[in-house]
Amino acid sequence: MIAAAPLSLADALRAIADDPFATVIAGGTDLMVQINAGRRPVTSLVSLRNVAELKGWSTESGNLRIGAGCSYSELERPDFAAIMPALAQAARTVGSPQIRNAGTIGGNLATASPAGDTLPVLVALDAQLEIASSSATRSIAISDFLVGPKQTDLRQGELIVAISVPVLRGAQEFLKVGTRNAMVISVASVAVLADLDAQGVRIGLGTVGPTVLRGARAEAWTRSNIDWDSNRVVGNLDEFVALVRSDSHPIDDHRSTKRYRSHAIGICARRALQRVFP
Amino acid sequence: MTAGGLKTRSPRLGESAPRPDGIPKVLGEFAFGNDLWADGMLWGKTLRAPHPSARIVSVDIGPALAIDGVAAVLTAADVAGKKTYGLETPDQPVFASEVVRYMGEPIAVVAADHPETARRAVAAIEVVYELTTPLVDADLAAEGTPIHPDGNVFRHLVIRHGDPTVQGEVIVEGTYEVGMQDQAFMGPESGLAIPDDDGGVELFISTQFLHVDRDQTAACLGLAPEKVRATVAGTGGAFGGREDICLQVHVCMLALHTGRPVKMLYSREESFLGHVHRHPAKLWYRHHAKRDGTLVNVEAKLVFDGGAYASTSSAVLANASCFAGGPYLIPNAFIDGWAVRTNNPPCGAMRGFGAVQTCFAHEAQMDKLAAALGMDAVELRLRNVLKTGDAILTGQVLTGAVPVEEVIRACVESPLPPKATGAMLERPGGAGRTADAHHVRRGVGFAVGFKNLMFSEGFDDYSTARVRLQDGVATVHCACAEVGQGFVTLVQQIAREVLNVDDVIVAPADTSVGSAGSTSASRQTWMSGGAVEGACRMVSEQMERNPGASYYEATFEHHHAPTEQLDENGQGNAHVSFAFVAHRAVVDVDVELGLVKVIEVATAQDVGRVLNPLQALGQIEGGIAQGVGLAVMEEMLVIDGVVRNANFTDYLIPTTLDMPNVLVASLIEQPEPGAPFGAKGIGEPPTISSTAAVAAAIRDATGAPVIRVPVRPEHLVFAADLVS
Ligand SMILES: Cc1cc2nc3c(=O)[nH]c(=O)nc-3n(C[C@H](O)[C@H](O)[C@H](O)COP(=O)(O)OP(=O)(O)OC[C@H]3O[C@@H](n4cnc5c(N)ncnc54)[C@H](O)[C@@H]3O)c2cc1C
Repeated sequence: MIAAAPLSLADALRAIADDPFATVIAGGTDLMVQINAGRRPVTSLVSLRNVAELKGWSTESGNLRIGAGCSYSELERPDFAAIMPALAQAARTVGSPQIRNAGTIGGNLATASPAGDTLPVLVALDAQLEIASSSATRSIAISDFLVGPKQTDLRQGELIVAISVPVLRGAQEFLKVGTRNAMVISVASVAVLADLDAQGVRIGLGTVGPTVLRGARAEAWTRSNIDWDSNRVVGNLDEFVALVRSDSHPIDDHRSTKRYRSHAIGICARRALQRVFP
Repeated sequence: MTAGGLKTRSPRLGESAPRPDGIPKVLGEFAFGNDLWADGMLWGKTLRAPHPSARIVSVDIGPALAIDGVAAVLTAADVAGKKTYGLETPDQPVFASEVVRYMGEPIAVVAADHPETARRAVAAIEVVYELTTPLVDADLAAEGTPIHPDGNVFRHLVIRHGDPTVQGEVIVEGTYEVGMQDQAFMGPESGLAIPDDDGGVELFISTQFLHVDRDQTAACLGLAPEKVRATVAGTGGAFGGREDICLQVHVCMLALHTGRPVKMLYSREESFLGHVHRHPAKLWYRHHAKRDGTLVNVEAKLVFDGGAYASTSSAVLANASCFAGGPYLIPNAFIDGWAVRTNNPPCGAMRGFGAVQTCFAHEAQMDKLAAALGMDAVELRLRNVLKTGDAILTGQVLTGAVPVEEVIRACVESPLPPKATGAMLERPGGAGRTADAHHVRRGVGFAVGFKNLMFSEGFDDYSTARVRLQDGVATVHCACAEVGQGFVTLVQQIAREVLNVDDVIVAPADTSVGSAGSTSASRQTWMSGGAVEGACRMVSEQMERNPGASYYEATFEHHHAPTEQLDENGQGNAHVSFAFVAHRAVVDVDVELGLVKVIEVATAQDVGRVLNPLQALGQIEGGIAQGVGLAVMEEMLVIDGVVRNANFTDYLIPTTLDMPNVLVASLIEQPEPGAPFGAKGIGEPPTISSTAAVAAAIRDATGAPVIRVPVRPEHLVFAADLVS
């Protein structure tokens, strides 16, 4: 087994350009599960852990830029939570302390599970991903990046470098239903983010479709059913719940049923909206 | 006492002696079976059938043998001795050769120079299967086409007690279901086999039943038992899942074939596929009572799905049937018990052994009956409790301690926990942040259970211990498998107590001493504890008779009082002793989402005598964790015979956020006649009624019927549909 631990992005990109069979490892919390299960034969590894350019986060002119190598533990911290509470809440729902110390947001994006917990927040925010290869860099909207269940637009030789999202004014909530009180794969999850300046609400829906979905109909409802002077919901919440359900396309699987997921996503979205607009 | 200073006195019986292996385990220094190593060893790996039901058309091992580094590929054709094994009936092939009867059944094993080579070799074996329709519905098994030459019924046990035609003034009926739980021990199956010069083999194995492993392995290898020398390797939990053999024969065959040491270590997925599980069960009950609540009759039909092979299905069914009424005096009963064969994964021993499934059902029935009578549910139970001198459904009269009333009273009289604290993490949904305080409803549920201690129905499951005392140091040699329960601690306490020494060495558990039987059935404190006590007493007598000897040594075999077979009406003195337990669960439920947080489980347990308070608490907390797990999350999902969650991603066990506070209301210490030091086994009772208590608490909070465990959120949310 060959393993490289480059210190710079340029070195990391060169390493994967030179060895087309190299597997990229960040926290390893998804990859090692696959390797141990014999589902992903690996001949060489390129570790991203020491790559300086992937670390940390920063804000600049109303934008938050999060390095792909940020761990959940970093995103949970109060300084980050003050800026992007929903992402901090989502980070806290992930796995156990050990998993949150190792697992990264870049890994969550690259894995692209419909149950990935940061994704509803990032989808709600129309996150832009910064992607680089040894020869080029590009930017792509998250909705174009997530092309299917566990399928992304990431190409051979590319790395996710960072994620950019707008910093919004207003309360945010992330809720996740699982069949255990911690360390569980989501059965349904929802991110509800107020955008007071735009007088709107952004909604991301997890585990209720082939990819994480945007709650477009429900968002449209909030524009006219919230009194933006007093920040109170004035419309009938049952309508909102029905729209959230119509925005989602859950299935039956061994973790839950289509019917329960549809039920739960509606309840969670309503609770989230009530917390955001108490 | 050493010269020049006080030597600390090591703890005796009744004190919380620390585990000798505790600190090494916490520091990661304890050698578990998976750490086994021998110079020049090969790695073994198993090819398993991916289908639950198939005909094997052909197996081509050629491509695997052609891989560099592969030393052996063995199949059924290479089994030198008996082709099948089994704890009760030898009906399980060492390797499937013509027919596959469950998903995960071994077809071949490989030995190679590296685990990765072994993995590739296994993948290279070409098997052609002809798929057949699996028999997966236990209700159809008895009447269905036999899927095994022995037929589809492992046991049909009927208990006719008193006059089963007696009708009650009040009758309640119900159907209940229990899903397939797994032992989910942390240390996966592992073993190391080293060939000996005399044609025998040395086997280091993570197990709970060493001598029977040895006997079954030797029979399949075609060797005399003494040619297989077995030693218990560090065992990371068992809970019944290691009572049957799994890789024992395979790893020895590979070692004997290659002439080199071979190690096998199951992956987590293989562990789930490679050991037996708790029987899923369907249970129909009808209880008859007088208006005043006195029970007069219980009728039940129990269908236990034993999966593809017999394992201990027969004994599990006996327990389920004998204790089907719960710890109550019921003069008349008809219990129709079935354990059947299907193409589902084989089921066998798991903590509680048959009593867990029926407890869930009979306790739900007791609550239903109380509601029908308009009576308090605890009051109803108290009115019917078993007492010393009463007979259970098998006609056996209870002669030992029967503190059912005491465990019930102590449990219900303990204070209830305070209202929810308000922290989001502490609410149902936990880290998922789903519930606000006003979404949460609290419920309280209560359940009582009992089961036998030791093996039953005429089985002489004795234990042997050898004790040597030299220079003030006692060495105890006993083949009792330490699987985490703390026997190594207890051995030291017993030897110190009886011999009045401080230094006690626990020798490795191996087959150079007589059998200790299985670490199961809550029996080792009684059986092996008794053997160690007996050997120590013999040593004491030698010292009295001959004070100046350079050393003393004695071997003692401890047998329990003999038991009988059940007759054609399921009557007879089949059991040695019994333990009783009560649980009260408090749950918070998010009714809209159907999410549950178990807040507290209070318990009172009949223990005879507490020999080590800390270890007693450990057993109680661990057993309750497994009981809570079965109530709200733990289930092997088997769809059309295919296991869907052979991993810890989807086989969920409680985390610290799911584990309730455990309140030990009381340990009832009424010394059991005939038990060494008066102590009853305490390992299983904590799992027996904790599941039923949690289910009752969820019913109380939600009004949902909760007729199946584990309860899933959709069962609570759509409960109304389930009823109709
Ligand atoms: C016990 C456990 C619990 C878990 N619980 C949760 C949970 O609650 N919620 C949840 O969403 N997930 C959970 N996960 C999954 C996992 O932790 C997350 O998806 C995590 O974000 C993966 O990140 P990582 O850094 O560990 O990725 P890795 O495992 O290192 O990599 C995963 C994939 O992403 C690729 N990759 C990683 N970084 C980059 C990059 N910068 N550019 C391009 N490709 C990259 C890798 O090549 C690989 O294919 C859990 C996993 C475990 C083992």
